[in-house]
Amino acid sequence: MSTAVENLPNQFDVLDENLDSQMTLSMGPQHPSTHGVLRLDLRLDGELVIKAIPDIGYLHTGMEKLFEYKKYQQGIVITDRMDYLNPLGNNLVYVMAAEKLLGLEIPERAQVIRVLMCELQRIASHMVWLGTGALDLGAMSVFFFAFRQREKILNLIEAASGGRMTPSYFRIGGLMMDLPAGFERRVRQFLDDFPEALDTFDTLVTGNTIWQSRTMGIGVISREDAIDFGLTGPCLRASGVDLDLRRDNPYTGYETYDFEIPVEKDGDVWSRFLVRMRELRESWKIVRQALDRLKPGPTKADAPKVVLPDRDDMRKHMDSLIHHFLIVAEGFNVPEGEVYHAIEASKGELGVYMKSNGGPKPERVHFRGPSFVNLQSLPLMSEGEMVADVVAIIGSLDIVLGEIDR
Amino acid sequence: MADTAVLLEFVEKLKAENADWVADVKDALGEVTVTVPREAISGVCTVLKTAHGFDMLADLCGADRGPEEDPRFEVNYHLFSTTHHKRLRLKVLLSEDDPHVETVSSIWKTADWHERETFDLLGVIFDNHPDLRRILLPSDFDGHALRKDYPLRGYEPYSLS
Repeated sequence: MSTAVENLPNQFDVLDENLDSQMTLSMGPQHPSTHGVLRLDLRLDGELVIKAIPDIGYLHTGMEKLFEYKKYQQGIVITDRMDYLNPLGNNLVYVMAAEKLLGLEIPERAQVIRVLMCELQRIASHMVWLGTGALDLGAMSVFFFAFRQREKILNLIEAASGGRMTPSYFRIGGLMMDLPAGFERRVRQFLDDFPEALDTFDTLVTGNTIWQSRTMGIGVISREDAIDFGLTGPCLRASGVDLDLRRDNPYTGYETYDFEIPVEKDGDVWSRFLVRMRELRESWKIVRQALDRLKPGPTKADAPKVVLPDRDDMRKHMDSLIHHFLIVAEGFNVPEGEVYHAIEASKGELGVYMKSNGGPKPERVHFRGPSFVNLQSLPLMSEGEMVADVVAIIGSLDIVLGEIDR
Repeated sequence: MADTAVLLEFVEKLKAENADWVADVKDALGEVTVTVPREAISGVCTVLKTAHGFDMLADLCGADRGPEEDPRFEVNYHLFSTTHHKRLRLKVLLSEDDPHVETVSSIWKTADWHERETFDLLGVIFDNHPDLRRILLPSDFDGHALRKDYPLRGYEPYSLS
């Protein structure tokens, strides 16, 4: 324990004073509506929340330490386990940072498939948000409808990568492998059915007066506060800031796709709900455009010292076999340098700071998780609201504790 | 992303403001890194936020260069603008004997948890931080886990009891 900290007042001690009219409620870590192992220390006056202190770290597994002991290509599987609702987004930001350090050019087909898979993953992630968020507020049937759609996407991801929750599909220099036969047809089938599902959600939730009165005017955060607290993604756009990294810091060719960025003004739970619901339709549009662009071609960069060779090449060519052995046994050296790369994940700006010392293992990998930053604004949103509304606010922030605690 | 000319203009403006503020400028891989003396970080951030539109602190993270290095620690500030969408990295170097740096949580509220995390995992102390406690690890944890001389599996098995 460092000396500087011992002298500071502990916030939890402050809570215990003057308990005659107020009470302290420990919400979580085992509480279904905290979406994982989040604990909230709530100071209540009746049902009114006076103070809320998030307590995190229950799921801390030291991933950033582990990255320093793994080769670059081994780190990809660790990223799957952070935001486990959006693993392809985590894969993408990690491999893109490494590709930036290596200076790799990614072939067109791999770029299109990356966009396609990431947008499917965004839909799947939003489906979990919608299902669990509605479940928290008592709308149980929405959960089943939403998870049915998510199941279809997980099946698609499984078909492409072999993993449902932990795909590790994007590799440094391209993809693990090309899409399987018949994949396009299956995605089109999903796309044909999806608008109908969205209309079902609109009927079930959006037009529901109980839903509206539970969400409108709850958990308001102003535009200035949202920027000050570093909110990103749908939470920021619900407060009236028109910012989307897919358009403003484009990557993997997002600037060539035609999509809109939904923005709402009020900054309450209802606005965040509307932004995500409209984003689902935009993601649907992007997936369709990406499907139309799929042309045959290579899915791996032409960098034999970094990208694993095809099995077929290894049987025929001596140098492919040598490269394969060296990549697996020793890894590849990444030039010295540091990068910060950020993408628009389903929850906001997912950034990675990667520093290389010239060897096969990174010197430092730091993830800027959108959940970690967005959760920080929870006290501001929930103080002055009712206990039951805190549940609605947590649902609208769409946090994943695997990413917060890393 | 690759257009760093605009970013270097910001650095020139910073230099014009106060020549002592910019210790070193690095332009690599499409990103600009400005090394700032630790006494100046608060002033530099305030100017960049109010006069140059860097209204969002996207990320703050520390790094350990290893126990044999001096300065040993670095703190990286990744600034972002919601208006002109440019990114700038500020870097502060700290020695092991005196790992203190002024907090920026009074400039951006988001820095609060980032600084707590950096303190927790690396032991960098942010002066005048409103609530510098451990955030990810338990409050009675011994040592700073992300330091290079801290073993991957810890010194001994950690018990919650």
